[in-house]
Amino acid sequence: MNVYGRRLLINRLGIGVSMIAMAFGLAALMWILWTLFSRGFAALSWDFFTHDTPAPGSAAGGLRNAIVGSLLIVGLTTGVSTPIGILAGIYLAEFGDTSKFAASTRFVTDIMLSAPSIVIGLFVYALMVVTLGGFSGWAGSVALSLIAIPVVVRTTENMLRLVPASLREAAFAVGAPRWQVSLKVSLRSVRAGVVTGILLAIARVTGETAPLLFTALNNQFFSTDMSQPMGNLPVVIFQFAMSPYDNWVHLAWGGALLIALLVLAINVGARLLFRQTNTP
Amino acid sequence: MPATSRSAAQIGEHAALQVRNLDFYYGHFKGLNAVNLDIARHRVTAFIGPSGCGKSTLLRTFNRMYDLYPGQRAEGEILFRGMNLLDKKQDVNLVRAKIGMVFQKPTPFPMTIYDNIAFGVRLYERFSKSEMDDRVEWALRKAALWEEVKDKLSQSGLSLSGGQQQRLCIARAVAVKPEIVLLDEPTSALDPISTAKVEELINELKSEYSIAIVTHNMQQAGRISDYTAFMYLGELIEFGPTSQLFVKPTVKHTEDYITGRFG
Repeated sequence: MNVYGRRLLINRLGIGVSMIAMAFGLAALMWILWTLFSRGFAALSWDFFTHDTPAPGSAAGGLRNAIVGSLLIVGLTTGVSTPIGILAGIYLAEFGDTSKFAASTRFVTDIMLSAPSIVIGLFVYALMVVTLGGFSGWAGSVALSLIAIPVVVRTTENMLRLVPASLREAAFAVGAPRWQVSLKVSLRSVRAGVVTGILLAIARVTGETAPLLFTALNNQFFSTDMSQPMGNLPVVIFQFAMSPYDNWVHLAWGGALLIALLVLAINVGARLLFRQTNTP
Repeated sequence: MPATSRSAAQIGEHAALQVRNLDFYYGHFKGLNAVNLDIARHRVTAFIGPSGCGKSTLLRTFNRMYDLYPGQRAEGEILFRGMNLLDKKQDVNLVRAKIGMVFQKPTPFPMTIYDNIAFGVRLYERFSKSEMDDRVEWALRKAALWEEVKDKLSQSGLSLSGGQQQRLCIARAVAVKPEIVLLDEPTSALDPISTAKVEELINELKSEYSIAIVTHNMQQAGRISDYTAFMYLGELIEFGPTSQLFVKPTVKHTEDYITGRFG
């Protein structure tokens, strides 16, 4: 066999192997999505959104309390972690380039990024639930914020580091003070990337279960009181999926599909936004 | 160093900026060595020399741009309206508003064409909407860009072509009404037609502003400048009227460079 023929064969072999690997990964993903859709789609009805979680043994019911609870907890998490994360990211990228304080902040952020979420849940349990005397929506938001903030800090810092020095110098050259350069020029030039980071942080915490088990717990009644235990989708899915009641299992599939769709929508939105503003 | 180059460096009372015994350090490396020269008022002063000779470094001391980077420092005096710019107590932002700068690559801010101009003006002046409109138009006219952008002021500055972006940056520098405009190789990223426009612009601007320009292009220096400074290895080798420096340089080194024997 000549050299060309051998290279052709190796090439085809390489492509073949990677195609198989891709098919394997994609098949697993499709399987999960298919299962989610086939089992969960039937649960998505009007009642699903308007009724609260049913008591053991009672028929039908919905996930209204869990959906609203999740929205409240994740909404508060976003509201808290976005400003903190962006400001910390700006500090790290624009001000604390060489300081020890910035270096240690960066180090702790990296640890927090890879900390198991159950550890963070346990930490907030010890910090808030035990001392304040009960599970609460507040505690749930604090736990999720501890997960979301490092993500926002890191993406903000990384995006700001992509800002060319020439742009920053140009802003200083018209006499702008440092804070204006940071907020109005640097941050603005990478806003699509920063928003993407925030969306990905939201997507990440939307499905977190472990931290909420220790903090917000669950509530089978509709409640918007953040100082009380609060229903939320991940914990409800966790409890209902393992229950002996058919309608509970049914609802759990519906809830799982809802979260999957939500995260999918956020991811697609983030990609669209990023693409749109990065191709002038 | 011949004495003639030192004495020619003194413009006297017509100086917009006076540099006295300026040394510059990048950490331990000495980037500029005992530079003395004056930037003439309402004239164009060009800085030429091979890469790494310190001409950009010198320009960046005039608005203290080096301040942004720890480890870089300047010693000596740069006198502007009787004040030493290198004084620690000097308000750097105010200095930069009075001594504008345009860079090698066009650097429009990520905002509309209008806001690109208004951004700097808002920092130091409180204007009504109509006053600001007037100033924006005035600056864009100064930069010969008004006719091309007057119908799309609310579009992003990044949507313009490279040459237009560079003129936008010149308009932005002019809009805050500085006394001196520093140009750091402003045409090196532009095509010949855009370059010609920018050169024409420089020629018009010098009636109201003192201009210092760094250029790699000796023909450009010859075309647009009134004074030329030749620098080499961090030293000012020769400084004088452009006509004289290009026709009859007093230093052999300068002659070698402008006739293309090295560099």
